[in-house]
Amino acid sequence: MIRYFSSNFSHLILLIGIFIMIIPVWLIFASSTHTALIINTQGLQFFLGDKFLENYTKVLLYEGGFFKEITVYKMFLNSFLMATGVAFLSVISSLMTAYVLVYFRVKYATLLFWIIFITILVPLELRIFPTYSVMSTLNLVNSYWGLIIPISASAIATLFFRQFYKTIPDELLESAKLDGANTWRFFIDFLVPLSKTMIVAMFIFMFVFGYNQYLWPILVTSSEQYWTVVMGLKMMSGSIVNKFAFVIMSMIPPVLIIIVLQKYFIKGIFQDK
Amino acid sequence: MSFLELNKVTKIYPNGTKAVHETSMNVENGEFMVFVGPSGCGKSTLLRMIAGLEDITEGYINLDGILINKVDPSDRDVAMVFQNYALYPHMNVYNNLAYGLKNRGISKEDIEKKVNEAAKLLQISEYLQRKPSMLSGGQRQRVAMGRAIVRNPKIFLFDEPLSNLDAKLRIQMRLEIKKLQQKVGVTSIFVTHDQVEAMTLADRLAVINNGLIEQLGTPIEIYNNPKSMFVAGFIGSPQMNFLEGELINKTLTSEGFEINNVTSDFNGPVILGIRPEHMSQTDKGLINLSVDLVEQLGSDNLIYGEIKNKKDFCFRCPGSQIIKKGSKLSLNINDNNYYVFDKSNGNRVN
Ligand SMILES: Nc1ncnc2c1ncn2[C@@H]1O[C@H](COP(=O)(O)OP(=O)(O)O)[C@@H](O)[C@H]1O
Ligand SMILES: [Mg+2]
Repeated sequence: MIRYFSSNFSHLILLIGIFIMIIPVWLIFASSTHTALIINTQGLQFFLGDKFLENYTKVLLYEGGFFKEITVYKMFLNSFLMATGVAFLSVISSLMTAYVLVYFRVKYATLLFWIIFITILVPLELRIFPTYSVMSTLNLVNSYWGLIIPISASAIATLFFRQFYKTIPDELLESAKLDGANTWRFFIDFLVPLSKTMIVAMFIFMFVFGYNQYLWPILVTSSEQYWTVVMGLKMMSGSIVNKFAFVIMSMIPPVLIIIVLQKYFIKGIFQDK
Repeated sequence: MSFLELNKVTKIYPNGTKAVHETSMNVENGEFMVFVGPSGCGKSTLLRMIAGLEDITEGYINLDGILINKVDPSDRDVAMVFQNYALYPHMNVYNNLAYGLKNRGISKEDIEKKVNEAAKLLQISEYLQRKPSMLSGGQRQRVAMGRAIVRNPKIFLFDEPLSNLDAKLRIQMRLEIKKLQQKVGVTSIFVTHDQVEAMTLADRLAVINNGLIEQLGTPIEIYNNPKSMFVAGFIGSPQMNFLEGELINKTLTSEGFEINNVTSDFNGPVILGIRPEHMSQTDKGLINLSVDLVEQLGSDNLIYGEIKNKKDFCFRCPGSQIIKKGSKLSLNINDNNYYVFDKSNGNRVN
């Protein structure tokens, strides 16, 4: 009885939570299917209108910027490249950093780790000018690498992998050594497959992080062809309903990534247990 | 030249702990050697130096004629079975066995053949596709053994591999390990703190105490002829009885009785050791025991009692003999089967 009640109760709380999160998205979606006139005179709409196709087609055909060099497709491509690049690089770099910190005989490994960890307190926005000057020295301004590299070292991901490696018993390494595994093979054959679920989780996390970047892309690119979706949201000219439509479209890639990878994420959890 | 030679091997850990002192010993090809000793005496350290998992502070180790001090563990061609098995959790049993072979560049067909052979030998063929988490303790133990066997290494190293199993399974696996080793004939070193395990498995055993080998020999040699009080007390179950005494001019006085013509020139305070199974009842015996407790094991009875100042003196007799609590027994030592140790340092003096 109590169980039944409490499970219903927690469902209720979850439903309220979902409701709170969905409502604004729904409002924007519903409003994006009306004409700009209705929105401007009557405010946000709760019910669907009949301008869905018209508004969304217009966004898809949009060409932005001063020189009309940038299309919506290009923005999505840029965002996708940037987010995937950031996710890949930061997962790989933090996997390897954690490996070195935990398994190599590095002097002051703990101190080094904490120094890496402290960088969490120094977000990109704080070190944006030195970072920019490094990128410009390396001639990476206005390039994909310039967008990706400065945010591709994640202290959080390093922390997660490090803590995980520390729970792996030493005998596993010793056993692998006696079985002829060298440093590289132990990493590839043991640590990577054992941290599979964590890799997927970190990938999702860093993908969304990369996708949501705004300030850095604005700073490091001056050419319109590097506009990302998030930049486009700000820069886009046009009527309010087209902007709403674009907002809804911009949500699709991260949601898609989460839905696709979540499957592997859960699969991984249940397989390894 | 022996198959495995340890020459004055010493291990000092970075924190200063001296775990192994100048240990020298030889292990012959095909021999089953057991290191036995109490927890913390340095057995694992010695084994791990042979495996290459710990650096050797001083001394030399030769395996099959090669100095291996600086050889990487992966190139030593040794296989080790760990106490917690250390199976690869993300690989199925087949890949657990195959992994070491793959790293040695053996062809796929050969790997399959070898793995299937080993699996058959260990009766784990049915589980080849399972992950280790889906196996029982005994099955995991077999997989760990299989992983060692399949590589046909120069030497097997076992570090207390049976201590995570329940008592019954432990005895069964003990038997199987011995049979298996005799079948494949690979030189083996087995570490344990359990003296029964040591006695039953060993061709030869090394009794280790405080980082030193106290005695090296066949189980029977060591049982019959312990060189020190430590070895005498450690090997044999139930434990040897120790009585305080004094040896003067070949006459030993202890707890209300005397033994004449002791074959020793030692004079002074001694410890007399008598195994529970080396006594029998007579009419007018040397030792008078008043019985406090009787443990009936079926085949044997263990009688515990008091002689003069010594409590918990143990005597072992056939289970058919009926002895009651409170009765008085008169015992003689069979065939002069007693041991005399110097009280000051525990060395055997008779
Ligand atoms: N990594 C280590 N660092 C410092 N001391 C250690 C280490 N490993 C073991 N020791 C010490 O060395 C001694 C022998 O340990 P060990 O070989 O594991 O004993 P056993 O296997 O016989 O129980 C113990 O006193 C133990 O505390
Ligand atoms: Mg040990």
